[in-house]
Amino acid sequence: MEQASPRVLDRKHAVPKIIGDPNDFLIISGLAGTGKDVGHLSQEAGIQFLMTGAMGAACMTGFGLALAQPERRVLVVTGDAELLMGVGALATIGAEQPSNLAIVCVDNGHNGETGYQPSHTNKGVDLEMIARGAGIQITRTVSTEDQLDDASRAIREGNGPAFIWARVNTDPPPVYKRNLDAVECKLLFRRRLLGQQ
Amino acid sequence: MSEPAVDWPNQLYDCLRAHEVTIFGHVPDAGHKVLINRAYADPAAQSIGLTIESEGIGLLAGAHLGGQRAVLAMQSSGVGNCINLLSLIQIAQFPFVALVSMRGDFGEQNAWQYPMGQATEATLQAMNVRCYWVHQPDDVVPTVTAAVNAAYAANQATAVLLSQKLIGAKPF
Repeated sequence: MEQASPRVLDRKHAVPKIIGDPNDFLIISGLAGTGKDVGHLSQEAGIQFLMTGAMGAACMTGFGLALAQPERRVLVVTGDAELLMGVGALATIGAEQPSNLAIVCVDNGHNGETGYQPSHTNKGVDLEMIARGAGIQITRTVSTEDQLDDASRAIREGNGPAFIWARVNTDPPPVYKRNLDAVECKLLFRRRLLGQQ
Repeated sequence: MSEPAVDWPNQLYDCLRAHEVTIFGHVPDAGHKVLINRAYADPAAQSIGLTIESEGIGLLAGAHLGGQRAVLAMQSSGVGNCINLLSLIQIAQFPFVALVSMRGDFGEQNAWQYPMGQATEATLQAMNVRCYWVHQPDDVVPTVTAAVNAAYAANQATAVLLSQKLIGAKPF
């Protein structure tokens, strides 16, 4: 098997470049780094729900949202270890083919929050192949600057679920203090989206 | 298993649809056969097969964020797979309705079903999920109605435990 290319991208540059305008999406983030990535980019002023636990739930939360809001683009931004903890979700999403759901997996090859232990993707696990094997047909591996714009387009296409494997270096996520009141975050999300409550 | 005198499986589905449930996440079980098949056949509903029951937690939370009602149908063995992800339901006070067909319960003949079956209620309660047992066909609709109202009117996490007195225990 071909060796994956080295991790050169800084997530603080790559993630905002891929997401672009966060207001193009309803966003679910995973815990830890990706919560900071999305929180820093959106300042939580858009329609987003950032996990701070419940590891392994991000993709399915995005899928449930995509089912409930078929006219909106839904974006899940999560880490490699969070994704792998609920990896069956890719099979469920591949089986159902929600056309309005995209997943960006920000993979630094480590469990960053717990002391940068090497993660499975640091030992040869290929998340794009897993996503394709699960039936997700729009997939990209992003390792270099010149691939970022294409990934940004792919998550907006809307003709099938999309999966972006964004391989980044171990530079830390942006410093951002999240709203940790999950009830308030839920109510804000629903008020901004549904105009109720 | 003979057809029940009271057609509670169809009544259960009709009750959920009457309460505007549109998304049915499930890991298949014989006790949920009617519910799953009717959801597949219903153009106004979405029947979503899951690889593991814990996927249903995110599914329900996401559906609520998007303004739709979802339920999770599973066997009691699947309750154990959900424990940590029920944190998401509790911390954000998401409405939650699980329909749990019991194994390792009344008359079970497969010994392997007993450990999780006997721990099901305690596991749910440990994660702050309110449990409503149903033993009689006539109690299905009132109990499911209570659970749905507790969830969607009062943001409670609920589980309806469909006992083997209700669904029967197959010879093993």
